[in-house]
Amino acid sequence: MSARSNILNKLRAGLAGTTPRPDDFDEGLVTRPWQYAPEDRITRLRSLMEAVHTEIHQLTTEEWPSKVQELLESRGLKNVLYAPGTEHGKLLAEHWQRAEPRPELLVYDRPIEEWKEELFWQVDASVTGTVGGIAATGSLVLWPDRHEPRLMSLLPPLHIALLKASEVEDNLYGMMQKHNWSAGLPTNLLLVSGPSKTADIEQVLAYGAHGPKELVVLILEDG
Amino acid sequence: MSQRIPVKELTDSFRGRAVGALADDQLRTNFRVAMDSLMKKRADAFPDEEEREGLRELGNHIKARALSRVPDLLEQLETRLTANGVKVHWAETTEEANRIVHSIIEAKQGSQVVKGKSMVSEEMEMNDYLAERNIECLESDMGEYIVQLDGEKPSHIIMPAIHKNRFQVSRLFHDKLGVDETEDVNELIQIGRRTLRQKFLEADVGVSGVNFAIAETGTLLLVENEGNGRMSTTAPPVHIAVTGIEKVVENLRDVVPLLSLLTRSALGQPITTYVNMISGPRKADELDGPEEVHLVLLDNGRSGAFADAQLRQTLNCIRCGACMNHCPVYTRVGGHTYGEVYPGPIGKIITPHMVGLHKVPDHPSASSLCGACGEVCPVKIPIPEMLQRLRQENVKSPAEQPKVKDGGAKYSRKERAIWRFWASLNTSPVIYRLFLWGATRFGKLAPKNVGPWTENHSAPVPARRSLHDLAKAHLNQGDR
Repeated sequence: MSARSNILNKLRAGLAGTTPRPDDFDEGLVTRPWQYAPEDRITRLRSLMEAVHTEIHQLTTEEWPSKVQELLESRGLKNVLYAPGTEHGKLLAEHWQRAEPRPELLVYDRPIEEWKEELFWQVDASVTGTVGGIAATGSLVLWPDRHEPRLMSLLPPLHIALLKASEVEDNLYGMMQKHNWSAGLPTNLLLVSGPSKTADIEQVLAYGAHGPKELVVLILEDG
Repeated sequence: MSQRIPVKELTDSFRGRAVGALADDQLRTNFRVAMDSLMKKRADAFPDEEEREGLRELGNHIKARALSRVPDLLEQLETRLTANGVKVHWAETTEEANRIVHSIIEAKQGSQVVKGKSMVSEEMEMNDYLAERNIECLESDMGEYIVQLDGEKPSHIIMPAIHKNRFQVSRLFHDKLGVDETEDVNELIQIGRRTLRQKFLEADVGVSGVNFAIAETGTLLLVENEGNGRMSTTAPPVHIAVTGIEKVVENLRDVVPLLSLLTRSALGQPITTYVNMISGPRKADELDGPEEVHLVLLDNGRSGAFADAQLRQTLNCIRCGACMNHCPVYTRVGGHTYGEVYPGPIGKIITPHMVGLHKVPDHPSASSLCGACGEVCPVKIPIPEMLQRLRQENVKSPAEQPKVKDGGAKYSRKERAIWRFWASLNTSPVIYRLFLWGATRFGKLAPKNVGPWTENHSAPVPARRSLHDLAKAHLNQGDR
């Protein structure tokens, strides 16, 4: 007998003569306490994320590429990883051509194995998109893909994330339902709610444990 | 080259270790400070009692529903994960689980493993198993790393190094890593970051635990603050997740309340920095992520607890640690006193199923039954009730067929005989009066040494006159 059938048989024997419990999931319990007026959503997200050391700027779609430049230059960073195949990546590249800032644009265009050492130690920053935000918990939703692979938002010490103001939902449940997540998830779906942190020594909060030391969110107002 | 990591052997019994811990001022201060802060954080994270209680009830129902269909859900999880490209393995014992993990690493000729935080891998003692086979298995959670570096085991399931202060960590890093001593926690963390980043880069295999395994979508959900979990599950070419069979939930939406309960109960955070949902290995057009993802489903006594409808509730646990944070016993004796992987109240009710009551005979009684653990449990496990049940199972005779592994570990014929005598004494008026007559007259002959009682108390001496006598005398005097 395999371990699999032994385990399943034991579990089934334990359930003999019982019926499954009904599904009485009350969505009100996870939505009602976490609803906000449209104008309060961003405020809530901001305050929660800022409380865990996230830097946030609200900008127009035209302004953000020069903000990225400013963020990099003020920190004296050498380079930034971006995704040229995305809409926001194109905008950033256009700005870089016009303004010719010093930090170099890097592209994640080959498998990790081909430049692991460099990506781990040499990349200073990254700019990625998000598929939305969650007001209740102050979270970003990242849906990594070929253009913006998983490690892009993890390895560089500075992560700059773009969030459209119109894509902030009240709560996780609403986000899940709206985008029908249960119908198909990507290889890796992430909720990111601040820069990497730890409180493992004496419960003293320290930022920059293993992931980004800094998270900057650029909230883009429509129009 | 990897070498066997010597783990400090725990000596003595629960009682012996407790005596040592209680006399250790530094340890007691470290725990007291940490637990007070964790309790406050949890309280602050649940400002609305009605909301909290509604959510706990929902959390309990979700876990109970999942357990009521757990064989089907495990099969569904396996089907979905397999369709997503994840290889699923089953293990009845920790030995089997270790063999599976080792064979996956061996097939890849791996020699370096980085591990995200996983209590199930602690159950397996995976680090030692792999070290004996010349595979370095390095903890990457800051707390776990500190504990491993010092050859210790975690003393708390969420905060593994909570028993150490910054000075102790500083000295440890100085001794083991050759860095300068520093009292700056930020600098200590940066030392850990630099050391471990190189390890993430080099690792052949990443190992992680799982917080929730979602049957509906075939998804493994992990929560963490540091990013080491994302590193371990993303950077190395192979990812092996190990988890207990009770971690499966039915639907993706079920994790919404469970996630909220978990992070708020554990650390008082509305959410952890990262919620990492993994549904498969790297796809053909993707540029990173592991090429292979494996899930090892471990039983290790869980199906034994499952067999009994009452004890089954133990498996509701989502490993938040709130029960230990609120436990007056845990706070005083610390995690290592329990001598096993899971300390505190949850440890007391889950460990007997894993290792048997013979190995942990004092676990069910190392409690004042104050009820705090049950009150804070986010999925409403009636922990005090479980402890009482385990106390009964602990003293059952073989004829009474105890239902827990090695039940009857504390069964004693002498104790049984004394109780039988006591019962007959109190149910027979003639013998009772005779005994009373003797006890009041020859009380001085009562034993001076009555077991553990007289270690800390003076021995009880029967009164010269019984209550019966006094009452009779009182009535004979008439109304005064």
